[in-house]
Amino acid sequence: MTTSPLPTRPRPTAAPAPRPLPAPPHRRRAGFLREQISGWGMIAPAAVLLLVFVFLPAILGFGLAFTNARLISPRPVEFVGTDNFARLFADPAFWRSLLNVTYFAVVVVPVQSALALAMALLINKKFRGVNFFRTVYFLPVVTSMVVVSLLWLFMYRKDGLINELLSTFSFGLIQGADWLNDPATAMPAIIALSIWQAAGFHMIIWLAGLQSISGELYEAAQLDGASRWHQFRYVTWPGLKHTRSLVLVTITIQALGLFDQVSVMTQGGPLDSTTTIIYEAVRSGFKQQETSYASAISLVFFFLVLLISAVQRYLTREKD
Amino acid sequence: MKNSVRLNSAATMLVRILFAAVAAFPIVFMLVSSLKPDTQIFGDMSSVAAFLPVGNVSFDNYAAVFDRVPAARFLVNSIGISAVTVVLGIFINSLCAFALSRMEVRGKRVVFTVILATLIVPFQTLALPLVWWVNQLPYFELNGFSLEVSKGWLDTYQVQIIPFIANAFSIYLYHQYFESIPKELDEAARIDGAGWFRIYRQVVMPLAGPATATVAILTFLPAWNSYLWPLMVVQSEELRPVMIGIQYFFQLNVSWGEVMAYASLITVPVVVLFVAFQRSFINSIASSGVKG
Repeated sequence: MTTSPLPTRPRPTAAPAPRPLPAPPHRRRAGFLREQISGWGMIAPAAVLLLVFVFLPAILGFGLAFTNARLISPRPVEFVGTDNFARLFADPAFWRSLLNVTYFAVVVVPVQSALALAMALLINKKFRGVNFFRTVYFLPVVTSMVVVSLLWLFMYRKDGLINELLSTFSFGLIQGADWLNDPATAMPAIIALSIWQAAGFHMIIWLAGLQSISGELYEAAQLDGASRWHQFRYVTWPGLKHTRSLVLVTITIQALGLFDQVSVMTQGGPLDSTTTIIYEAVRSGFKQQETSYASAISLVFFFLVLLISAVQRYLTREKD
Repeated sequence: MKNSVRLNSAATMLVRILFAAVAAFPIVFMLVSSLKPDTQIFGDMSSVAAFLPVGNVSFDNYAAVFDRVPAARFLVNSIGISAVTVVLGIFINSLCAFALSRMEVRGKRVVFTVILATLIVPFQTLALPLVWWVNQLPYFELNGFSLEVSKGWLDTYQVQIIPFIANAFSIYLYHQYFESIPKELDEAARIDGAGWFRIYRQVVMPLAGPATATVAILTFLPAWNSYLWPLMVVQSEELRPVMIGIQYFFQLNVSWGEVMAYASLITVPVVVLFVAFQRSFINSIASSGVKG
């Protein structure tokens, strides 16, 4: 008995009957060409727009940082070397903004990702009203940061809602601060509202990760009598490995780009306690029209983002 | 055992409700306050009435907002800008992703890699060079029968739309989604004599609903909420979008009832859209390859 090693397509036994010949070379070539032309035609609109509005300005920004360009200026643009950077590194407001952004990120990254994960776990399973909770948790994300900032500006007043709530829940023991007008509390106040606004977005990313974990793993764990904590520790947490680094990187980059809240609520004050890198860039680039100086700040910001995501990628790399 | 499970789930539900209360209270406060005169907003603040539409409730603040701010004009601008950005964004990005994922185009791998590379450039680092750059771009205007060319895109509608149509993340989302649709469908359509654009339009796009929902939302939100960009590039009042209207309230002795009315006015449309599409909204983001 002969065993065929692998199921193969039945070979034609007889000599192949005269078949219609493959399309003549010029016809095939036309099909290939047509595919190339339509393909590039479909890629072109998006590619050209990305080229003009992302690549060129990015390269321009790089170049402008070494010039004296202003937004509207009669003088021709001249190369000035590293003058902008020298001025930047000598500016105490820049160092202060770097410190503020670091403070912001160091608090926001762990707290927000933990809260977002907690929210995702709370609404991961199907239960009555799951859509209601998902909607409500996502509501702050839908609300624009500018509206949110204005709203919280009002709630953070000395006689505002936050202080009234604190006073009510502590039975009058806690008398709240004048949050945004005190250098010690202004940044924590901005941190709180930022976490409130963005946690829902990262909840969605966590949720995507949770739903990619196979339910069988949980069933197996339950059969072994694993407690809820053990299920989380040995099934959920390892299963979220990739999601973890994604959440970490996106929250960090967003934290470094802190701008809207500061622009609406404090304009960097009081006493520079809430100024940020992007706020400084916009202040010099837009209000003072110093495009070149702002480009220098943006460039420093970009390298900071690159550096931090590289470090995070290294720390969360797969250690096999 | 059974009892402890029930207790457990009751406790979980309590935590869920607590989180929901924290997420919702500022928004409820905003909506409720928009209906009250200032004296009552401050009067109600120390009690649960701050979150309830009780007392002297009316739409007076909304009427006042339309007197103070050209709110109708801002709303029309924002609706137009967002709609055009979303529609063109869906078309151009899906078309690009279609060619990159389903056609044998020479060099597509390089193009895709370069497109993905743009994702690492945060918009904030781009914004200021981009202002300078769009100010150098030519502007074509048809005046009667002669085409007039002037320089600078500042203070136009197009500067609020065109730079945001192409989006690497949208292309990535569509690419991931198209990869999951069997390629045999294309072959069958080709045998039936369909051209590539027809396959895109009649075979692939109708199957890509969830990806389109995600892209629509992720394009609409930043377009509607944009603040920094129009602040920098649009001066004329009649071209400005809703978020800039907020600036009309950056002054002393502002009526907080009116502020809340304006804030509600520009938030409610988004919330209504969101609630209407809630299911495809969250589920599609959660399942459409935003997984790194």
